[in-house]
Amino acid sequence: MEDYDPPMQVQLSHPARTVEVKGPKKVKELLRELNLVVEAHLVIKGDDLVTEDEMLYDGDQIEIRPVISGGTPERTSLVNRKSNFVSSFYE
Amino acid sequence: MNCTKCKTKAVIGLPRHNAAFCKGCFNGFVHDQVARAIKSEKMFGKEDRVLVAVSGGKDSLALWDILLKLGYRADALYVNLGIGTYSEQSHAKVTKFAVMVTASHGATLHLHTVEQEAGAGIKELAQLIHRPTCSTCGTIKRYQFNRVAIEQNYDVMATGHNLDDEAARLLGNVLHWQEEYLDKQGPSLPASVDGFAKKVKPLYRLSERELAAYAVLNRIDYIVEECPMAKGSKMLQYKEVLNRLETESPGTKQMFYWGFLEKQSKKQPTATTMTEKDRAILHPCTSCSQPTTAEVCSYCKMMLRAKTVVPR
Repeated sequence: MEDYDPPMQVQLSHPARTVEVKGPKKVKELLRELNLVVEAHLVIKGDDLVTEDEMLYDGDQIEIRPVISGGTPERTSLVNRKSNFVSSFYE
Repeated sequence: MNCTKCKTKAVIGLPRHNAAFCKGCFNGFVHDQVARAIKSEKMFGKEDRVLVAVSGGKDSLALWDILLKLGYRADALYVNLGIGTYSEQSHAKVTKFAVMVTASHGATLHLHTVEQEAGAGIKELAQLIHRPTCSTCGTIKRYQFNRVAIEQNYDVMATGHNLDDEAARLLGNVLHWQEEYLDKQGPSLPASVDGFAKKVKPLYRLSERELAAYAVLNRIDYIVEECPMAKGSKMLQYKEVLNRLETESPGTKQMFYWGFLEKQSKKQPTATTMTEKDRAILHPCTSCSQPTTAEVCSYCKMMLRAKTVVPR
């Protein structure tokens, strides 16, 4: 009987979940398959960051970490456009 | 993929710079970008005391880390907003990081808890005063960071806003033609009137992905979860659109924001005219003395409302 490696385990966030993906596969192919944009994610294999051309294999533990955050709110049209409550602070 | 500088195995590719770096060279790149931002925008010097606004997220903790490693005198302020487990986790991340930098660099962490002063967390507060949560959060954070900077005699306050934050904010303001906000979208705002601290954004040359990579590579334990209040926000939608453009056409975000800064620098307002404008319209709040255009500032109005409706 042949040795069998389970598919790579890919941990995703927002919401937190794990999916199985069959390797071998390059990082950029994995992101494309999951419909994720390179610029908005980091790919971490074990404890190490990996580049888009790195090959991933069955049995690998992968985390795809989103890098986007809302950012501290600032005075913009987004938050105070219709407000007459706020008087001024860094306005 | 190999490091552009030292030819060893790269850990990150940076298409917008047509480069890739190993951990050591990437750290050098990040530190260099921040040093260039500080110098070119005349943000602060080695003798100045800097107050970093930290949230427990990657950007602000990375900023604190970078400033200390570059040899600046940087302390931090964390505002606990009282958003359930999210605030508990972010508070814990900040405290953990602070323990390390307090020991290694002698830095200080200041804390402010919204619930202690207002009697409620940010979500409840926003509901009570009928204001959007993100707007309430912004008012409280701006007020508290400025208050601590002034009261504790810091020369400047620094926030972790990055290239993505600034590009998304610029896109929002341009889409709505909010031209009045553009004057103050630069990375360095002067202390225009008494009561206002100088405000700077030393990370404006670095993308969100680069800062997340810096945090991961340097084992900075930050809160990965998004603020639950920010879900579905316009800012996140703008970032998503910009990142799709960036992936197809690397350099789009920096061309958009840096191009805007270059155009702004060639015309008014200069720091002087911005200061003149502020001096013409701002005066001390009758309640707390922080600058405001009204008799009572927005923060004091908010606290007054909260204290009349929140049982103490």
